[in-house]
Amino acid sequence: MSRSQKTLAGWARTAPSRATVVSGDEVASTEALATAIAGAGDRGVVARGLGRSYGDTAQNAGGLVLDMTARDRVHAVDAETALVDLDAGVSLDRLMRVALPFGLWVPVLPGTRQVTIGGAIANDIHGKNHHSAGSFGDHVVSMDLLLASGEVRRLEPDGPEAELFWATVGGVGLTGVILRATIRMTKTETAYFVADTERTADLDETIERFSDGSDEAYDYSSAWFDSISTGSKLGRAALGRGSLARLDELPAKLRQDPLKFDAPTLANLPDVFPNGLANKLTFTAIGELYYRKTKNKRGQIQNLTAFYHPLDLFGDWNRAYGSKGFLQYQFIVPLDAEAEFRAIIRDIAESGHVSFLNVFKKFGEGNRAPLSFPMPGWNICVDFPIVDGLGAFCRSLDERVLAMGGRLYTAKDSRTDPDTFAAMYPRLDEWRKVRDAADPGGVFASDMSRRLRLTP
Amino acid sequence: MIDAVGHPSSLLLLGGTSEIGLATAEKYLEGGPVRVVLAGRQSPRLADAAARLTRAGAAVETVDFDARDAAVHTEAVRKAFAGGDIDVAVVAFGLLGDQEKAWQDIDVAVELAEVNYVAAVSVGVALSAEFRRQGHGHLVALSSVAGERARRSNFVYGSTKAGLDAFYTGLTEALRAEGIRVTVVRPGFVHTKMTEGMSPAPLSTTPEAVADVIVSAVSSGKEQVWAPAPLRAVMSVLRHIPRPIFRRLPV
Repeated sequence: MSRSQKTLAGWARTAPSRATVVSGDEVASTEALATAIAGAGDRGVVARGLGRSYGDTAQNAGGLVLDMTARDRVHAVDAETALVDLDAGVSLDRLMRVALPFGLWVPVLPGTRQVTIGGAIANDIHGKNHHSAGSFGDHVVSMDLLLASGEVRRLEPDGPEAELFWATVGGVGLTGVILRATIRMTKTETAYFVADTERTADLDETIERFSDGSDEAYDYSSAWFDSISTGSKLGRAALGRGSLARLDELPAKLRQDPLKFDAPTLANLPDVFPNGLANKLTFTAIGELYYRKTKNKRGQIQNLTAFYHPLDLFGDWNRAYGSKGFLQYQFIVPLDAEAEFRAIIRDIAESGHVSFLNVFKKFGEGNRAPLSFPMPGWNICVDFPIVDGLGAFCRSLDERVLAMGGRLYTAKDSRTDPDTFAAMYPRLDEWRKVRDAADPGGVFASDMSRRLRLTP
Repeated sequence: MIDAVGHPSSLLLLGGTSEIGLATAEKYLEGGPVRVVLAGRQSPRLADAAARLTRAGAAVETVDFDARDAAVHTEAVRKAFAGGDIDVAVVAFGLLGDQEKAWQDIDVAVELAEVNYVAAVSVGVALSAEFRRQGHGHLVALSSVAGERARRSNFVYGSTKAGLDAFYTGLTEALRAEGIRVTVVRPGFVHTKMTEGMSPAPLSTTPEAVADVIVSAVSSGKEQVWAPAPLRAVMSVLRHIPRPIFRRLPV
C-alpha cells in the first residue's frame, strides 16, 4: 500500500496537521497520480517535496498529500546547451552532483540544497545571486504540469500558455502538480567561489556596502547581520560576496579536480533540545563568535559549504529550537523605504524577540509571476523562537512592511491573514483567475490555501 | 488551522451566549481576525452576542442550536462547519440550576443531566466526526471543579460535570492519534450571570481570566487545566480529605 496517514508540518515544526500521504508507485506513475487526484475528495490534494518550506504550504489537513520524491529521474543532461531535463522530485543536491561533472552549476541555490525541483518552482525560490540571476522560475525552459482534469500540459515561459506557466511559478502547488521540468543551468569551470568577506561596524555601513555599487561586482552576495545588539552595534554584519571561480583562479592543488563536489555534513542534530535554549544569552554568544570569525579578506577560494551552506554542516538544525519550533519572518521592502526599514531593524533588535539566523540581501528585478516574492528592495530574514507575544509583534511588522509596499514570502510565512496577504500581493486576483480556470473544482488545496483563502 | 503563533482563523462557540465563550472569542480577536460561529437558540441574547463580537472585529455567523434537543445536534454541528474549517470549538453551554430543587424534582434533575451531560456527549461525538474529516482541530470542553468532588451544596450540577469531564478526558485519548487535541477546562467559581447573587467561593475568577487560561492551554497543547491555576493543587488536596472533615469545610 502506498498510502498512509501522517502528521505533517513545515520545517519550522509549527501547526502540524494529518493527511493521507500518497507515495511510491502511485506517484511515480502519471496515470495513477491522475486517478489519485480525481479521487481526492472535498479536502483536495497538494504536492510535497522535501518539506523545507517553513510554514503550511505543503500540508493538507484531512486531504491528500503527494510525496513527489518518488519521481526522481534525471532524464537528460546536455553540456552544450546547458539544459537538464528532470523529474520534479529530484533535489537540487542531486541535480548538483549529477550536473557538476558536465561543468554545469545550479542557477539558483537557496540556503539549502534539500529542496526539490517542484518545490523550487512552486515557491520561485531565490538565492544569494538574486541581483545577478533572478529567481528559479527565470531558469525554467519548460515544465510539465498535471492538471486537475488529469491532462498533462507542457508549459513554457513565452509559450501559448505562458499565463499558466507564470501562475505555477510561485503558485505554491495550487495550479496542478509539476511533474517534470527542463532547467537552463549555468556553465562553470569550477565548483569553487572566489569570495571577499568583510565586517561592517553598524547598520549604516551595512546598507552603504549594498548601496555603493560594489555589489554589482559580485554574482553572489548576502550578509549575516546582528539583530540582537542595540545601540552602536545595531545592524553590524558579516558580508560574504563572491563569484564562481574560473579555472585559472584556483590554486594548483584544486585545479586537478576543479568540479569536485565537496559539501560534508558533520553531524545530525538529535531531537533532544529543550524549549528555551534558543534565547538571548546563547544567541548573543554565538552571534558574537560568528561576527568575530569573519575577517576582512579578499579573493579567498571557498567551497560551497564554506561560502554558501554553512548550516548544512548540521543536519536537522531546526531541532535546536525545541519542540515548540520557531517562526521565520522574511520580508522585502522597496529600496526607497530605507528610513522606515532602518526603524524596523532597530525595533526587531529592541523587541526582545531574539533571532540568530539573520540574512540581509539587496534584491534585483522580479519576474512575471504574480505570486513571486522577489522585487528590487531590501530583503530581510530573521527567525524567532515561538514565545508569547510573538504573534502580536509579527502583526505589527506585517502592517509596517505593507505600509512600505513590501511583502512576505510564502515559503516562510506561517501566520499572516488573508487580507494582509492580498494587500501585499496586488496581482493575487490575476493569479486566481488563471488558477481557477486550470482547476475550476478547487481540487488543489493546502493548509496555506485555506488560511490565506487562495483557492475557492 | 491554528497558525504558528497559536492564533486560530475560526472559532465555534456551542452555547453562543456563554460569557466564558465570548470572552475567549474576544481574547482571540486581540491577536488578529477570527471567523466566529455562535451556536445557540435564536434570541435577543444571541443577537447581542453576535453584535458584541462584530464590534470586536469578528466575522460572525450564527447557527440554530438547542442543547435540550439532541435530535438536532448533528445537523447544527454540520451547519457550523459548512462555512469552512473550524479551528477551535468550545463546548460552553451549561446550566447551574437550583440545587435544592434539582435533587428533589425529577424534571429539574433530568434537565440538568440532559443539558450538561447528554448534550455535551452528543455534540462531542458530532464535533469529533467533523474534526476527523477536516484533519485538524482543537476541542475545548468547559468542565468544573464541582465535578472533581461532589459537595452537598451542588452535587447534581457536579455530577453532570463529572460525567462531561470523564467523557472529554477519554475523548482526548481517542482523538490524539489523529492529531486532534482536546482540552478539558475546570474553572472554579466564575462571576457570571449564571452565578449572580451567589456568594463566591474562594479563588473565584472572571470569564476573562478563564478565557486567558483557555487561549494559553490551546496554544501550548495542554489537555487539562484549572482556572485559576492554583485550584489544581487545592482540588488535589480536597479530593483526599476524609468525608467527616470535608463536610464541615466552608467550600
